[in-house]
Formats: sequence, structure tokens, C-alpha cells
Amino acid sequence: MGREILLIEDEPNIIEAISFILSRDGWRVRTHSNGVDAAEKVRSLRPDVVILDVMLPGRSGYDILRELRSSPEFRDLPIMMLTARGQTRDREMAEQSGVSRFMTKPFSNSEMLEAVRALVPVS
Amino acid sequence: MPGESLTGSRIRERRIMAGLKQADLAREANISPSYLNLIEHNRRRIGGKLLLDIAQILEVEPAILTEGAEATLIAGLREAAAHARGGRAEIDRIDEFAGRFPGWADLLAESHRRVGALEHSVETLSDRLTHDPHLAAALHEMLSTVTAIRSTASILAEPGELPPAWQRRFHRNIHEDAARLAETSRTLVGYLDAAEDASAEATVPQEEVDAILEQAGHRFPLIETGALNPEEMAARLAGEASATARQMLVDILARYAADAAALPLARLRPALAAAGPDPFVLAEALGADPARVMRRLAALPEDALEAPAGLVVSDGAGALTYRKPLPDFPLPRFGAGCPLWPLYQSLSHPMVPVARAIAQPGRTRRSFTAYAIATAVAPLRPGQVPLYSAHMLIVPVPPDAEGAADPMPVGVTCRICPHDPCQARREPSILARDGLGGR
Repeated sequence: MGREILLIEDEPNIIEAISFILSRDGWRVRTHSNGVDAAEKVRSLRPDVVILDVMLPGRSGYDILRELRSSPEFRDLPIMMLTARGQTRDREMAEQSGVSRFMTKPFSNSEMLEAVRALVPVS
Repeated sequence: MPGESLTGSRIRERRIMAGLKQADLAREANISPSYLNLIEHNRRRIGGKLLLDIAQILEVEPAILTEGAEATLIAGLREAAAHARGGRAEIDRIDEFAGRFPGWADLLAESHRRVGALEHSVETLSDRLTHDPHLAAALHEMLSTVTAIRSTASILAEPGELPPAWQRRFHRNIHEDAARLAETSRTLVGYLDAAEDASAEATVPQEEVDAILEQAGHRFPLIETGALNPEEMAARLAGEASATARQMLVDILARYAADAAALPLARLRPALAAAGPDPFVLAEALGADPARVMRRLAALPEDALEAPAGLVVSDGAGALTYRKPLPDFPLPRFGAGCPLWPLYQSLSHPMVPVARAIAQPGRTRRSFTAYAIATAVAPLRPGQVPLYSAHMLIVPVPPDAEGAADPMPVGVTCRICPHDPCQARREPSILARDGLGGR
């Protein structure tokens, strides 16, 4: 248990690369690539970790994050956000909305792996 | 009042420039050298015939001795001093500086103006970087592609076996992403090139327009006679000006043309001769909109008025959209003016005509009559918020009538205004702090 990740990202080649390195690390990776029904997807899949891109077609990652955090069942779900802009304003906005971790593109594979491992303590 | 109190210093300066000894000048002016010495150190007031005599001996206009350097130059220098961080400019000796080194003073004021314009373009450019949606989208796209390439490439570069199918797949992905990156960067460069063409627009279109209007003396005879239409006139005047400035100029000139057609000089002159320069009296006599009359009065040829009239037009937000300063009534180049101006008073009482004697404190203390009114700029419709703009015509009070009305002190802009205490102040004045006027 505790090894399922939902990757919400619209860039196909990023999805492919991240899925590959996370799967190789032992994670079960599910993917989703639009913003509109992303929160719905989290509800139905109930993953252990969510990786959420900020700029998604249809709906912003911040809105999805806020919606998830507003329901008690997802209050403690580890959610990591990906953004191409590392400005303090974005970071503050994500932190106010209750993000667990914030990662700025372009990141390295090892940074990504370490961050995901840190989010879910190995029991 | 520093302008007057420094008459003695100016006499001394001019005397030294003329190579005269104190005793020589005193003898020619029929006063004792010690009395001249007191005058030159501003410890005795000087006026009347003695001033005229000394001016004649020194071969200068008496006004040069009493009024010193041009008020606009002084205002420019004060602004420069106000903006200097931790500056230690001798504000109290500003007249002396401008009088002794007019060329350097001009240069300093001009450099300060240029710095202001450049700061403004830097602000505009950084706004563009932060808020330009196109640029942000292009950068986001590039960073996403770079992320994909980096991630994929490091998988391929890692030691260890990668199944051939995955290997092929990742190679193909990198190839795709590289092509996409090339395309995005090309688009971005194209966009930045286009932005460069528009860079002149970042250097304050309003200021470009102000400069063009000033050069033309706020008067366009070729439009009055109908020889050129506003577009042709704008094309002739605009030169290197940005597209935005050009468009603003066309709008101003179109309004000018409409004003001139409604109130041609042939109609205006007789009314002016009969009624004088009060725009409200003229508006009634001519059956015209007072705001239009004010614009026409500010565009009159030099011989039509005793002294040229200044004009400020503001939109409903208080932003100055038209500035015609007078030598003794400078106007701020950027931003809003003094909240005490009747201009702003009229904005809060639309359609109520205001006439008020005003004077800017601390300089030559010339009095002006300010006529102001706020009028609707868009059709008035029930249920719609009316849109107003305010006009203020600034007419110098003739010297013989000065002192008739007690002028209300108003400033140019707070930083360089010594009026204190002032309920309308929005930022401290560097003049009050440096003790000007306490001289």
C-alpha cells in the first residue's frame, strides 16, 4: 500500500518520462491530462500521492488544489505542484491553498524522486 | 520669498561679470559703496529708480535682476533635487546656481527629465515582463519542453540497461521536443523583435505629445485655415514619434479642428475685445461650451491676449491629458498636480463654473486667475454613470491689477512645494525640510 501516484499533467513527453522513472522506483503511476475533471479523477482513484501541474487545459491547478483541500477526506493527501514559473507569488499562492510540496520546472529526475519519496514516509 | 530676496546677489553676480568694482558701480549709481554692499548681500531691499539705474549700468533687463532665472528651469532643478537620493543640493541657493550657470543648470534639469523618462520606460518594460500574457505563455511552453527533454535525456544517459523499445521511444520524444523548442524560441525572438519596434511607445507617449504641442506653441494655423486636416497635420508633426503618441496627437488635433470651426478667430476676436478673457462670459456671449472656449483661448496667437493663457485638462480620474504650462506657472510632467487646483474642485462639482485667484508660493508670486469647469465628455443617458473631464484656464493677472484679489496658494506637485502646513499634502516637501522660505 501507499505506492500509487496520480500524475496530472498535459505535456505528453513529461508524462512519459516521469511515469517511467516513478514506475522504475516501484510506484504505480496513473495519469490524467486535463484540468476540468481532475478533482473527480482523484476522488475515484484515491491515489496516495498527487502530482499536479499548475497550467492545465480547462482548469488551473490552484483551483483543483483548493477544491481537494476543501473536503475533509483529502485534507492530508500529499499533493506536489509543478510549475514553470518559480516566482514567490506562485509559491505563496500554492502554499495558501495547502500544497504539500512545490517544484519548479525544469527539475531533475532525482529531485523529483526524492520529493515524492519524502511525501510518503516508507512504513 | 527667495525670488525677490536674491536681487542683491544677482546684482553682485552681474557686476562681477561686467568686470566692475563695487566702488565704480556705486559711483555711477550715485550711492555709497557701503550701501551697495548691503544691497548686494540682500540686506537692503532695492527697487524703483535705483534698480532701473543699476540695471542700465549693468546693461541688463531689470526683470533679470528681480526675477532671476526662468521659473520653469528652477522648477526643473527643484524636481531634480527632490528626486536625488540622499542628495545634498543647496536648495536655498538654487536661484544663484541657475543665474550663474544657466547652461549647466539647463543641462542638469534636462538630464533629470531624461532620467524620469527612462525610469518610466523601465517600469513599462518590467510590467511587460510580468504581465504580458504572450511572453508568459511562450516562456511556460519553453520551460515545459526543456523539462521534458531534461527528464528524458537523463533517463537515457543513466548507466544500466534500458529496454530497446523504451530507448527508441525516448529518442523519438527528445527529437520531437527539440523541434518544438526550436519553433517556440523562433516565435519568441520574433515577438521580442516586434516588441522592440514598439519600444518607443514605452518612453511615455504623453511626453512625446507634450513636446510636439509645446514646439508648435499649442497653435496650428494650418488647421484653422483648413489647409490641412488633423491626420495630415499629425503626420507632419509626429516625425519619429511612436504610434501611440501619433494617435493621441490625431485625437487632440481633431478636437482642435472642431473647436476652430465652431469658434473661428474672426468670431472670437471681437467677442474677446468686448468681454475680455473670462471664458464663462465669452461662452455666454458666443453661445459656446465653456470648455471649448478655454481651449480656444489657450490656442490664440500671441497678439490676441495681453499675456498667453495656460491650460490643463484632466480626465475624471484626475490624470492630466493636456498641459500647456506658462513660464511662471509650471505643471508637473508626470502624474497629477496639486489637489488645491480649482481644476480638481470642479471635478467634484460638475457643470459648476469656478473662477479663483491663485498663486504658486515661493516663486515670483505672480497671481493668476484660474477658470475651471467639469463638463460631460460622453452623452448623458439615464441609468449610465456620466463621464466628466475638467478644464482649467490659467490667465496671468495684469501687473497693475495684482493685489486686487487675495490669491489662494497652490503648488505644482507636493515634492517641490514649500506650502506648509497643507491639508492637501500627499508627500513631504524637500523644500520645507531644507528650510527654503525660512531664509
